[in-house]
Amino acid sequence: MMNFKLPDFAIPAPLTRLGNRLPQLPPTLALVTALNLALDRLIPREPLEMLIGKRFTIRVLDAGMTLRFSYGERGFRPLFDASQPDLTISARTRDFIALLAREEDPDTLFFDRRLLMEGDTDLGLLVKNTLDGIELPRFDPARLTPQELLHRLRARLATPHST
Amino acid sequence: MSAPLELVCPAGGLPALKTAVDHGANCVYTGFRDATNARNFTGLNFDDASIKQGIEYAHQRGVKVLVALNTFPLTDNWLQWTAAVDKAAAFGVDAVILADPGLMEYAKRNHPRLRLHLSVQGSATNYEAINFYHQRFGIQRAVLPRVLSMAQVEHVVKNTPVEIEVFGFGGLCVMVEGRCALSAYTTGTSPNCQGACSPGKAVRYEETPAGMETRLNGILIDRFGQGERAGYPTLCKGRFEVDDETYYAIEEPASLNTLELLPELMRIGVSAIKIEGRQRSPAYVTQVTKVWRDAIDTCRRDPEHFKPTAAWMAELNKVSEGKSATLGAYNRPWK
Ligand code: SF4
Repeated sequence: MMNFKLPDFAIPAPLTRLGNRLPQLPPTLALVTALNLALDRLIPREPLEMLIGKRFTIRVLDAGMTLRFSYGERGFRPLFDASQPDLTISARTRDFIALLAREEDPDTLFFDRRLLMEGDTDLGLLVKNTLDGIELPRFDPARLTPQELLHRLRARLATPHST
Repeated sequence: MSAPLELVCPAGGLPALKTAVDHGANCVYTGFRDATNARNFTGLNFDDASIKQGIEYAHQRGVKVLVALNTFPLTDNWLQWTAAVDKAAAFGVDAVILADPGLMEYAKRNHPRLRLHLSVQGSATNYEAINFYHQRFGIQRAVLPRVLSMAQVEHVVKNTPVEIEVFGFGGLCVMVEGRCALSAYTTGTSPNCQGACSPGKAVRYEETPAGMETRLNGILIDRFGQGERAGYPTLCKGRFEVDDETYYAIEEPASLNTLELLPELMRIGVSAIKIEGRQRSPAYVTQVTKVWRDAIDTCRRDPEHFKPTAAWMAELNKVSEGKSATLGAYNRPWK
């Protein structure tokens, strides 16, 4: 799997419009939960002090998703109002995954106009550099292809008693 | 043939250092998390624990670690810079990259066995200057500013005992290294003393109906139309209105790419090739290190028939700033 490359894809426009109309809370909760799980284990709290009390928005452009959350002493939590965030990061699903997988460099995506950081740029730099500085367990984007996901789902269904 | 050409790769953090080592760097250059180096960006660089780990990782694999201490201390913060030299020496780095002569003198006197490299920020463009640093402070390698033509680089190499390192790839600026005042003028922070050109706190991007706007300390420095490639938010690469025309009045954003000059650089006896980009992410370091390792090895095997492959060029163009890649001053037939 070493040479697996994430293909260039975008979620089709009709689905984007659908995404816009779906409640944004479930994906936000999923994201916030994942971030909180990573806190301390993967992401050190100390460098994040500058983020305390700040409001973030992540816009997944092709999925029509706008995820709003904040960071505080007790970690990340979803936000329910749409007031002005301190930092907004926008990109497509594919590019967010590629960033997480360390397959693409954020500056490269920025030059290519596929990643936009609006608001407090220094907060963005802190987030980027903190994430770049942590040692991730090997994240394998190949495990996120539709075939692979389907395969895993089938395996799950076939063994209903496993955890 | 002299010692093989070394590939010197950037690392803004431990994962970048490790991937550079894993993909064939001979040296990795780094910086501490403060103003003692010219990439002092929020959250970037190494704290004590990570640099120690990085040095251990690299040394176990036969790769050298260099630490850039290439900003200019002032009287009121001098001790911070000398402490950084002491720390680098104590941690066992393979060399420090310095720009300030006072700091070189300090390093020479207090750490006589510490290897010194002259930073590009020192802006030494002729062999007389380089030889002076060699005689006076014992510097063993000099990084050349990106202003010399190939013939001039060769002339320097021929006339100095100091190893010569040149830039091979990455972002370019107006090439007044160590002397540029544009960022200080707009933001109060300069790469030379505070270690950052266009610090994040001064930068704002905004998507507007007219395109994506970049502001530096409130001043609009560029606006990118739909689909137009963007560049770093530096004043030198902004578009300005001059005589009713708006254009890149100082410099067009472009990246240096000297891949095709490899046989020539090897022939004239350059010791090392430097890849720019400590501010970039591990993904960039992986991509660029792979290509350059492959290219250097291919060129060493058969310099006469060396030609960069389309795949290498595509990979490098992809990660480049600006619309184009250039050979910079190396290719300047008129001297
Ligand atoms: S303003 Fe441009 S030339 Fe000056 S230091 Fe910054 S990038 Fe280099």
